[in-house]
Amino acid sequence: MPWFFVVAAGMIGYGLVDGLVFAPPDYQQGDAFRIIYVHAPSAWLSLFSYSTMAFAGAVALIWRIKVGYAVAAAAAPIGASFTLAALVTGSLWGRPMWGTYWAWDPRLTSELILLFLYFGVISLRQAFEDPARGDRASALLGIVGFVNVPIVHFSVYWWNSLHQGGTVMRLGKPEMPGSMLWPLLAMLCGFMFFFGAVLCMRVRGEILLRERQATWVREAVQA
Amino acid sequence: MIRAGFWAMGGYARFVWPSIGFALSVLVWNVWSALRHQARTLVRVRRALQMARSEES
Amino acid sequence: MTPRRKRLLVVLGIFGGVSAAVALAVVAGRQNISFYYVPSQVALGKAPIDKQFRIGGLVMQGSVRRKPGDLTVHFVLTDYAHQVPVKYTGVLPDLFREGQGIIAHGQMGPNGVFVADQVLAKHDSKYMPPAMAAALKKNARFKPTT
Repeated sequence: MPWFFVVAAGMIGYGLVDGLVFAPPDYQQGDAFRIIYVHAPSAWLSLFSYSTMAFAGAVALIWRIKVGYAVAAAAAPIGASFTLAALVTGSLWGRPMWGTYWAWDPRLTSELILLFLYFGVISLRQAFEDPARGDRASALLGIVGFVNVPIVHFSVYWWNSLHQGGTVMRLGKPEMPGSMLWPLLAMLCGFMFFFGAVLCMRVRGEILLRERQATWVREAVQA
Repeated sequence: MIRAGFWAMGGYARFVWPSIGFALSVLVWNVWSALRHQARTLVRVRRALQMARSEES
Repeated sequence: MTPRRKRLLVVLGIFGGVSAAVALAVVAGRQNISFYYVPSQVALGKAPIDKQFRIGGLVMQGSVRRKPGDLTVHFVLTDYAHQVPVKYTGVLPDLFREGQGIIAHGQMGPNGVFVADQVLAKHDSKYMPPAMAAALKKNARFKPTT
C-alpha cells in the first residue's frame, strides 16, 4: 500500500510537470486546456469509485461476503471527493471556454446527480441504528444508483449536449497528440494508484469496525 | 520562473491555477481524512473492547 | 431456490425495475433532455415559438456582422441543412468565431430572427498544437470544430 502512494506520487508529479510545462498549448483553447490534467482523471475516478462501491455492495448483499460492505463504505467518501473535484475543475474550465460556469446539460447534470447519490449512500448508512441494516440499505442504493454511471458516460453521445465527447475513453484512436496525451495518461494512472492506496487505508478501518468481536481484532488493536 | 508567461497560462491563470489547486487539495484531503478515519476507528474499537471486557469481569 | 439465488434475483429485479423506469422517463423526455435544438428542427417548426429555448449549430462562414461601436452582433447558425439567423447583444465567449459550434439561448423573434440572451461556445474533443492545426488547415482536410 505505501508502494501505491509512491507510484501515484511519481506518476502525478510527472504528469503535472509534463502537462503544465512541456505539453504544447491547444490550437483553440490555448493554455486553458491544461485543466484536463486534473479534470479528466477526477471525472474518471468519480465513475470508477462509484462502480467499485456498487459492485462491492452487490457482492456483500447477494453473496453475503461481508468485506464488500467495508469496501463500499470506504469507497464512498473518496468517490464523492473526486466527483466534487470533477465538477469544480470542470466549472472553472467551462467559464473561459464555453462562456458559463454551469449549464443543465446532460453530462453536467448526471455528474451532479452522481454526487447526490454518493451523499445519499453515505447518509443512508448512518441513518440506521443497526449498522448491518445501514450497510444493506446503503448497498442497495448504491446498486440502484449505478444506472447513472453509463448515463454520465454516454450522455454526450445520446443527446445534444454542451459537453463534448471523450478524447481518450472512446472507440478508436485518442484525439490528442502524444505530447499532450502522455501526461494525461500518467495522471489517469497516478489517480488510480492513489485511489487504490487511500481505499486500502480506509478499508482496514472499516473491517476492524465490523469485525470488532473477533479475537484477531483484539490482538491487532492491542499491538 | 520556468518560462516567461508560464504562470499566466495564456491569460487563463485565474481558471487554471485554482483548478489545479482544488484538485490537489482533494488529494490531500483524501489522505488526511483516511488517516483521521483510521485513528478514530482504533479509538472506537478499543473502547468497545474495553467495555466488553469490563462486562465479562 | 437457494437463498443466495433469491437475493440475487431480488437485487437484479430492483435494479432492472429502476433502470426500466429511468429508461422510460428518458425516452419520454428525450427532447427536453437534449440541451438544444438544431437549426433543422427550428426551421421545421419543431421548436417552441413562444418560449425560450436553446439552438445549437455552426456559425456560417461570412455571416458575422457587427456595426462599429455597437455591441450587437448578427450571425447565422447552420447544421448544413437549414439556417437560422441570430441576433445577440453582449459579450461573446473567447472561442466564438466563424465555423465554431455555438449554442444560443433565447427566443424566436419576429421575422424569423432568433434573439439570444446567452451565447455559449462548444468545442469538440480534439486537441492539437497550433502548428499541427495550421498544417492541417493548409492541406484543407481540416473541418471546423463542432
